[in-house]
Amino acid sequence: MVSVLVLVLVIGWAVTPGLFTGRDPIDGNIGEKFQAPSPHHLFGTDQLGRDVYARVVHGAALSLQAALIAIVLALAAGAVLGLVAGYFGGWLDVVVTRMVEVLLSIPPVLLSLLVLSALGFGTVNVAVAVGLTSVAAFTRLMRAEVVRVRTAVYVEAAVLCGARWWQVLPKYVLPAAIGPVLALAALDFGLVVLGVSSLSFLGYGQPPPAPEWGSLVSDGRNYLGFAWWLTTLPGLTVMAVVLAANRISRVLERERSHA
Amino acid sequence: MTPVPRYLLGRFAQAVFVVWAAFTVTFVAIRLLPGDPVALMLNGRGGGEAASPQDIARVSAELGFDGPIAEQYLRALAGALHGDFGQSIQTGLPVSGMISVALPRTLQLGAAALALSLVAGTALAVAANLVRSPLGRQALRSVPSVAVAMPSFWVGLMLIQLFSLKLKLFPSLGGDGLAGLVLPACTLAIPGAALVGQVLSKSLHATLREPYADTIRATGASELRVLLGHGLRNAAIPAITIVGLLAGYVIGGSVVVESVFSRPGMGQDIFFAVTTQDLPVVQGVVVVASVAFVAVNLAVDLLCPVLDPRIRSTGRQAVAR
Amino acid sequence: MTLLTIEGLRVAYGDHVAVDGVSLELEPGRITAVVGESGSGKSTLAHAVIGLLPGTGKVLSGSIRLDGEELVGLREKAWRSVRGRRIGLVPQDPGVALDPTKPVGRQVAEVLKVHGLPGGPRVVELLAEAGLPEPEVRARQYPHELSGGMRQRVLIAMATAARPRLLVADEPTSALDVTVQRRILDHLEHLADTTGTAILLVTHDLAVAAERARRIVVMRNARVVEAGPAEQILHAPSDPYTRQLLSDNPATARPRPRSVARPEVLLEVRDLGKTFPVRGSGLRRRHRVAVDSVSFDVPHGQTLGLVGESGSGKTTTARLVLGLERPTTGTVRLGGTDVTAAGRAQLRRLHRRIQLVYQNPYSSLNPRFTVRELLTEPLRNFGITDGPGVTELLDSVALPAATAARKAAELSGGQRQRVAIARALSLNPELVVCDEPVSALDVTVQAQILDLLVTLQRDRGLSYLFISHDLAVVRQISDRIAVMRHGRIVETGATEDVFTAARHPYTQSLLDAVPGLTEEEASWT
Repeated sequence: MVSVLVLVLVIGWAVTPGLFTGRDPIDGNIGEKFQAPSPHHLFGTDQLGRDVYARVVHGAALSLQAALIAIVLALAAGAVLGLVAGYFGGWLDVVVTRMVEVLLSIPPVLLSLLVLSALGFGTVNVAVAVGLTSVAAFTRLMRAEVVRVRTAVYVEAAVLCGARWWQVLPKYVLPAAIGPVLALAALDFGLVVLGVSSLSFLGYGQPPPAPEWGSLVSDGRNYLGFAWWLTTLPGLTVMAVVLAANRISRVLERERSHA
Repeated sequence: MTPVPRYLLGRFAQAVFVVWAAFTVTFVAIRLLPGDPVALMLNGRGGGEAASPQDIARVSAELGFDGPIAEQYLRALAGALHGDFGQSIQTGLPVSGMISVALPRTLQLGAAALALSLVAGTALAVAANLVRSPLGRQALRSVPSVAVAMPSFWVGLMLIQLFSLKLKLFPSLGGDGLAGLVLPACTLAIPGAALVGQVLSKSLHATLREPYADTIRATGASELRVLLGHGLRNAAIPAITIVGLLAGYVIGGSVVVESVFSRPGMGQDIFFAVTTQDLPVVQGVVVVASVAFVAVNLAVDLLCPVLDPRIRSTGRQAVAR
Repeated sequence: MTLLTIEGLRVAYGDHVAVDGVSLELEPGRITAVVGESGSGKSTLAHAVIGLLPGTGKVLSGSIRLDGEELVGLREKAWRSVRGRRIGLVPQDPGVALDPTKPVGRQVAEVLKVHGLPGGPRVVELLAEAGLPEPEVRARQYPHELSGGMRQRVLIAMATAARPRLLVADEPTSALDVTVQRRILDHLEHLADTTGTAILLVTHDLAVAAERARRIVVMRNARVVEAGPAEQILHAPSDPYTRQLLSDNPATARPRPRSVARPEVLLEVRDLGKTFPVRGSGLRRRHRVAVDSVSFDVPHGQTLGLVGESGSGKTTTARLVLGLERPTTGTVRLGGTDVTAAGRAQLRRLHRRIQLVYQNPYSSLNPRFTVRELLTEPLRNFGITDGPGVTELLDSVALPAATAARKAAELSGGQRQRVAIARALSLNPELVVCDEPVSALDVTVQAQILDLLVTLQRDRGLSYLFISHDLAVVRQISDRIAVMRHGRIVETGATEDVFTAARHPYTQSLLDAVPGLTEEEASWT
């Protein structure tokens, strides 16, 4: 319940940030720098007197957008590759399986960095870099599910009753295989948010004034000794979103397996 | 009639293939993507001023970026096989030298973090399955899900804030020796321990409900004996594969953690290399990291038959789930 | 004198009462059988006796006294000195009841260690005592290296290691082939006779109980419906449910009346062979012969029963007949059409004439589909518009028309199997291959499905190739029987001939192993 609330709130931030804060995320009042959290500035202010809460709210759009692009990329590419490999088998299967193996043999963060060094920086590139690391997992799961369903007894029974492959695919294989894959997408969302914010923390996202969540934490690290709120609160926000996403995906998964 | 060595041989060949493919992927990613990497690099360094074609040609030759792509590839591959990944554009030093300096430090960090996650995660899983009170059980079960949700860069900063700045127990940045290792290793180990705890706890939970667990209970054995004597080993079989995942996480996480703690190592190297588009360094680090990752996964695969006699005799996974 | 006394025992899982007011007494040296179908509470009773109720299970009231000592409410620590030492458990499925990662000798030794008894050479002695051949070698082997029967013997060695005076045997043989089943039961009986151990034998099979137990307790829906000496239960049952169990049990039931058949052959199988490559070691690929020069005929309107133990090749034969696998050698002809040479399209057309009913009705129906979708799909696939309607099909398998709107997942096992049969019938086939169609079902449901198959055969002139491991079931429905072993047919003949005058020694050993069959034989003829 709380999880749903958190996600709804954050999506609200992303869609209409103006509704949640009247302050500007970029222009600050230098006279009000380094103010501790107060009713006036919920998350305090930074070294330029910018309201951290406003920056977190406005940053939601960038950070969620990146996570969404990454997930959609991973899901689409993984589902198609997995379906093709699992259903048709043969050399297609061998090629896809080998590709997945190779992708899985490069540690995910390094794969992202490799892509970033080739593509350059920015929110969208970070999203692509993170999404690409998940493609292999989606492909593998989709393939396994398709193979499982394709060899299931009830599918053989349908073939015995005269069903053709183009009838079996949409009516049997897809509906049964897509469930676990979507569940993985839900679970992966949290990981992707973490991945995107890590790369943004390292400074590979949008250049400075943009308020991405990871770079907010990174900006605050120089003032760790006396302005704890600069790092603590944006970090807590990321954690809350990831925790909420994981909770919800687990509930969905449980309901699905009970149905 | 010796299935085990044959099985090892197959796995080893696969590992070699995968490392080779990882090298090829990095090569292709760097050379074939849009833009001339050399021009990009020189421009990036030159501070806005466009590099002359002569400069580009000279640097290209220096770096082995000239000639047909196939020739470049073979040259790079031959070099890599001898441990030569070219030289850094930024410093002009050989990449292999940079790595040989950085690798031990990162290995130290990674090994400490890996060991810490395994020990803490196992302890967590055992405790979660042994505690009787529903409240305690619930609490132990929710620890991992909170821990995996925490961004590691944030965890690192929080630890610095608490243990270095407030309690002054450990050095915050840099710091050599054991004291300097504690905080980075903990940062890196927390999500890993949570992952191990989660997976092993679930697997242990299932194992303790297997019929054979009841057989053992029916002989009068205590729950502790069932858990430690039989449950843990059986539960480790499906859970062991996450050690590979964990290694990937630790290798990747070291980039963030070394940056947070300003700790020199492979992570710092690739961090600066990506920032300055120092491609030979990027490639060198990625390939070496892949080798380490594949090696850990290979070790895990070799460990499986030790844990599970069923694989030992058939040479492949015969465990029905 | 009694060893174990259970009085008014009530056990529940949450709100669900699984054992309700059960009382019984066990005497030393005697086997007492608790018989019931799935969900009758017999297994819960067994677990309550050894204090290992799963999950939320709890004893609500009543008492279990061992040698006068109350076991209900015993603390966990006290239970530990009861389990193994005073009560032993022989568990259900030997395939999963041993720790797969430890040599079996170590597992036996552990029992001795737990109770502070000397181990060492004792382990091998115990294994030998349980009837395990070459016990020194076996002790060092892992469970997966032993056969099902050997594993069950290891489990018996573990259960008896600390010399308990009571053994609880929970379906100890239902996962084993009949010939192995017989030897294990012989051993348990011998144990009771020679050592004075009392055995609580829990089983779904009344025939097993009849043959082995001195007393029988029949359970249904958590209660005891009848209890008494075995002879009395068998020959003068007082409760209608017991009578139904007796009449439905294939070993004690009379064969169904057979149809009069026309002589023409519908299915003709000649020299059928199938080898599978065995994956793995060596460049020289080894092959496993699953089916080896098998020949038989199924005439119009008749049933051929194909019998064999697990791994005998009977299911592979079925798949070859249906064209789901290609044979290595030989031919299958259906009414003159060669199934083995048919192309994809031709095979698809052939499936209008030859259909399959699977063993497991839980996996052969798409759980997402409603019964209506399941039944109309074959007709739509073949573009048949004048086929039988859903109501008509449901009616033919004695299901109410309202079933059409339900999903397969909501039906019971017996209902699902009826739907599977209705689906097979929707295309109006000539031959139906039934692969163990009743072995996943309780006996009373089994009997209903067998009745249904016989009725359908009479009304529609269907031919069946009926595959089963259970001779008694096959006898119920077959005109002719073919016995398979190691991929070959060792004997064929008319059903009664095979049962009364089997020529092949293997057939004879199968017949001997069927519980209850030999004694009941006399009462029929």
